[in-house]
Amino acid sequence: MSRSAAKGLPWPPPPSAESPALLRTSKLVKVYRAEGVAVEAVRGVDIELAIGEFVAIMGPSGSGKSTLLHVLGGLEPATRGEIWLRGKRVDGLSASAWAVLRRKHVGFVFQFFNLLSTMTVADNVELPALLAGATPKQARKRREELLAELGITAKADTAPSRLSGGEQQRVALARALANEPSLLLADEPTGNLDSANTSDVLRLLRRAHVAGQTILMVTHDAKVAGLADRVICLFDGMIADDAKVVPAQRYRDKQGRQQAVQNFLELRG
Amino acid sequence: MRQPLLALLAKEPAHGYELKLALEQIFGQAYPSPNIGQIYVTLKRLEQDGLVRSEDVEQTTRPNKRVYELTPAGRQALRAWVEEPSEGPRIRDEFFIKLILAPMAGLADRMSLMNTQRRHYLGIMRNLTELQAETDPADTTARLLIEGAVLHLQADLDWLERCLEELV
Repeated sequence: MSRSAAKGLPWPPPPSAESPALLRTSKLVKVYRAEGVAVEAVRGVDIELAIGEFVAIMGPSGSGKSTLLHVLGGLEPATRGEIWLRGKRVDGLSASAWAVLRRKHVGFVFQFFNLLSTMTVADNVELPALLAGATPKQARKRREELLAELGITAKADTAPSRLSGGEQQRVALARALANEPSLLLADEPTGNLDSANTSDVLRLLRRAHVAGQTILMVTHDAKVAGLADRVICLFDGMIADDAKVVPAQRYRDKQGRQQAVQNFLELRG
Repeated sequence: MRQPLLALLAKEPAHGYELKLALEQIFGQAYPSPNIGQIYVTLKRLEQDGLVRSEDVEQTTRPNKRVYELTPAGRQALRAWVEEPSEGPRIRDEFFIKLILAPMAGLADRMSLMNTQRRHYLGIMRNLTELQAETDPADTTARLLIEGAVLHLQADLDWLERCLEELV
């Protein structure tokens, strides 16, 4: 998470011809075939994600959120349309070419952690760096940094199954960030966590975002979406809304904000 | 305001300003401090209703202060309030009425109404997140109050999605 944002450069950089969107899709379509019936899960989605942006994807269940994320990360092939990552078209890549691309440029966090159960926490986090060609020493150093930052150093030699859900998700986050990916894709990362663990994971995501990490996250958790710069709402495989998150009110001071909470609570009264 | 004051007076007699301070201290920074004028007006009404009685206490260096204490009728009213379940969030929702009626009048389509409402909810959520970050973690009362608001907002957003599924 040690990006140039920490060194005081403007972040995210303004969009320009020289620095195109980190991720861009054009008329993206994903059709599943289930028992001979075609299901259009994603129906013509145009998304643009700038470097350093934190975007949440919301929408009812079955609206195509997870499918979209999986297609954007190359876990499933697109049926039609274009995906551009870092200025290169990637929708036609083979599964193995996607695997190579993901190692360096795309980190994934899932709802159910998906850690390798036969490896220790440390090995889970070092593996992506080793696969990407880092030396064991480099991989170890990065792992130590990440575990320290996420507050799970003491669990390095533990098996994932012995950790709480919140700890497992922190390990999954460390693994996803191991290679400083250009893009972090997260699918309901707090969907399986209690509120204390949700707060912890949010704090870590927030910190990664402030350090310049670009994040695209599927969530139905309003707390998560409230942290994002922008929220895209999917409905029936299409974008129903795409808007920046703007505080409902700008408060001059803490008292103004307290008044707003009071109003909000009385509204429910 | 009536019942909180009765509850505080059930503990010990107090004057108006002490009650204001007690409320501030108990509910912490999430809850705006009650208006002193409102407290005095409420105490006067409680006295008219026979739920509290007051007495002027002489002070040597300052004007007299009026100290209030709970009457037996006040204690009974307080007990009735405590024993009754409190009303939940109201079911009639202004947004929902708008959502149903505005498209009928040809004033807006449902999708854009929902989008406007979702943006507003997310904006409130951002405010609550900021407030949460400013709140002392040791202030349990304030933390729980904010968390309650967050959970209500989550339910509102979930419900908005249900409306989207069924109505559009």
